[in-house]
Amino acid sequence: MLEKKKDYHAWLYLIIPLVLLSIFTFFPLIKTIIISFDNGYNKWQDAFSFRFSFDSYIAIFQYPPFLQTLKNTLLIVFISVPLSTVLALLIAVGLNSIKPFQKVFQTVFFLPYVTNSIAIGMVFAVLFNLHTGLVNGVLEIFGIDKINWINRNDGFFQGSYFRKMFVLQAYILWDALAFKILVFIGGLQNISKQYYDAAKIDSTPKKRVLMRITVPLLSPLIAYIMITSFIGAFKTYDSVVGIFGNNWEMTKDIQTVVGFVYQMLRADSINSYSYGAAAAVVLFLIILLFTGINLWVSKKRVHY
Amino acid sequence: MEDIKNVQQKGISIKLENLTKIFYDKKGGKDTKAVDRFDVVIPSGKLVGLLGPSGCGKSTTLFMIAGLLEPTEGKIFFGDEDVTKLSPEKRGIGLVFQNYALYPHLTVRQNIMFPLENLKIPKEEATKMTEQMAALVGIAELLDRKPAQLSGGQQQRVAIARALVKKPRVLLLDEPLSNLDARLRLQTREEIKRIQKETGITTIFVTHDQEEAMSISDEIVVMNFGVEQQKGYPQDVYDQPKNLFVAKFLGTPPIGVFNGYTKGSDLFIGEEKILSDEKLKDHQGEVQVGIRPEGYIANTKGSFEVPYTFIESVGRDISLVSSHPECNAASFRIILADKTVITPQTMKFDIRKDKCYVFNKQTGERVL
Repeated sequence: MLEKKKDYHAWLYLIIPLVLLSIFTFFPLIKTIIISFDNGYNKWQDAFSFRFSFDSYIAIFQYPPFLQTLKNTLLIVFISVPLSTVLALLIAVGLNSIKPFQKVFQTVFFLPYVTNSIAIGMVFAVLFNLHTGLVNGVLEIFGIDKINWINRNDGFFQGSYFRKMFVLQAYILWDALAFKILVFIGGLQNISKQYYDAAKIDSTPKKRVLMRITVPLLSPLIAYIMITSFIGAFKTYDSVVGIFGNNWEMTKDIQTVVGFVYQMLRADSINSYSYGAAAAVVLFLIILLFTGINLWVSKKRVHY
Repeated sequence: MEDIKNVQQKGISIKLENLTKIFYDKKGGKDTKAVDRFDVVIPSGKLVGLLGPSGCGKSTTLFMIAGLLEPTEGKIFFGDEDVTKLSPEKRGIGLVFQNYALYPHLTVRQNIMFPLENLKIPKEEATKMTEQMAALVGIAELLDRKPAQLSGGQQQRVAIARALVKKPRVLLLDEPLSNLDARLRLQTREEIKRIQKETGITTIFVTHDQEEAMSISDEIVVMNFGVEQQKGYPQDVYDQPKNLFVAKFLGTPPIGVFNGYTKGSDLFIGEEKILSDEKLKDHQGEVQVGIRPEGYIANTKGSFEVPYTFIESVGRDISLVSSHPECNAASFRIILADKTVITPQTMKFDIRKDKCYVFNKQTGERVL
């Protein structure tokens, strides 16, 4: 009886977050889905036709700029996430094993995390500048000709798609490392030193210690990092803006799905909202699918 | 690694020479001398217990033998070979950690096979060795379980199997029984003794539990403050403690210690003459007298009168919880086999000379 009486308390506490969530999350979510399936949604008058159709989906999948952003997003996800996870793990193991200046190095590697992505992007844009950039400067020392990475000329980027993608991936990789290294170092310091002492006495080679002891003992963390960074990478947007700016026409070959959605929000055509909504739902489904796969794999591979 | 595989398992002795370990305090505080010029020879094929209170340097000594800690000074010999500078994996040791350090993500079989895979032993042979070792320690039916699914005692056996499977020259056990409950402890210590006998491997184990050390060791080394106090057969050390520390550390219930003095060849506690011995003539004045709980013989005409507060009946024996104005502790215990001799409130005793030790009041060294 007593517990029953207190029920309304819980609801009282929940009211504020529920109201906020409803306004800013659930309502837009549901409306987006409805818009994406509504045939002839009028964005000027916010009027639904209430005719169900897949037209918006069919349209965006026939629309080259969307396919380009989808391709870019997938490239970012499948290159940067595995690479940054492996690199972060190796760096964390390295950092954890050195004694002098450990804290200094940890701070250095953590700096990108506390730095604004746009700012980092601008730094990258400077680094890869055609004439004054540090990267070309270093290449020159080795006698390599200046490479036109991401240079603006007459308002357009001259660099090839490959070069731009390279810079973008490098940027995302570096940006993503910080948090992962931090998490992995935390995890490593939680592993009992006795496992390593035991391994030492059993003359376990270093590589085997890493693969058979460290990685399995870290596997829950690795799974967590993989899942969260897959989701994060699918949502990449600010890094593109950081390096290349936010002019759609100039950047559309390197933009991501989120960039496409944002562009559809700003575009003039009457059905741009429908396309944007459809693209958002497609992205949502892809993330859902990959998170599902991730969870399924980690259930089989995570050791405890 | 070949040399480890082929080394014969029996007949390696361990010699520690002037072994010293100092932990330097980097913040400018006091340095800690954990082990101080420790000299000891551990005979081959024997089970030796390193015994001492917490912080006496016994685990540090064990880890130095294992090679996980580097001695500040001194040498370690396995047989004639100086292994002081050798890294742990080249020493051919098996180490069982206090909390076993079994790899939680591997099955029992994979845990035991782990050292063999490192030595690149062919899979078939490794499997065979693993199964033999599992049978030896009595866990053959648990091979496909994970450590978390095992009881403490079973985990311990797996740890011993993992340590022994690569046929080390020396087996080191760090507080092997401290994580087990009382009944399991009794069973496991017999088991360790049996496994050690069957393999004949030189074994050193570290413990703070004197009963544990006495019951399974061929020899014990009592340590305190990083210094060896006494070494010998457990019963000898118990019967003939070299100093007050050893006398107090060994035995349950512990020895009762009294302030006493000598006059001529007579030993007194308060007004009461306990015993006399010619040897006491050399040590006139105040002394400390230790009397083992079993050293009292009830005698209505006895010289030592003791008031007691209550009677404890612990299964087989009866122990009197007693107090005495000259005793160093608030209470001490007297063990009696026979209940009928007990008189109310106070009792008189004769003291068995072989259970009574006299120590120098300043140095704690044994006088008689």
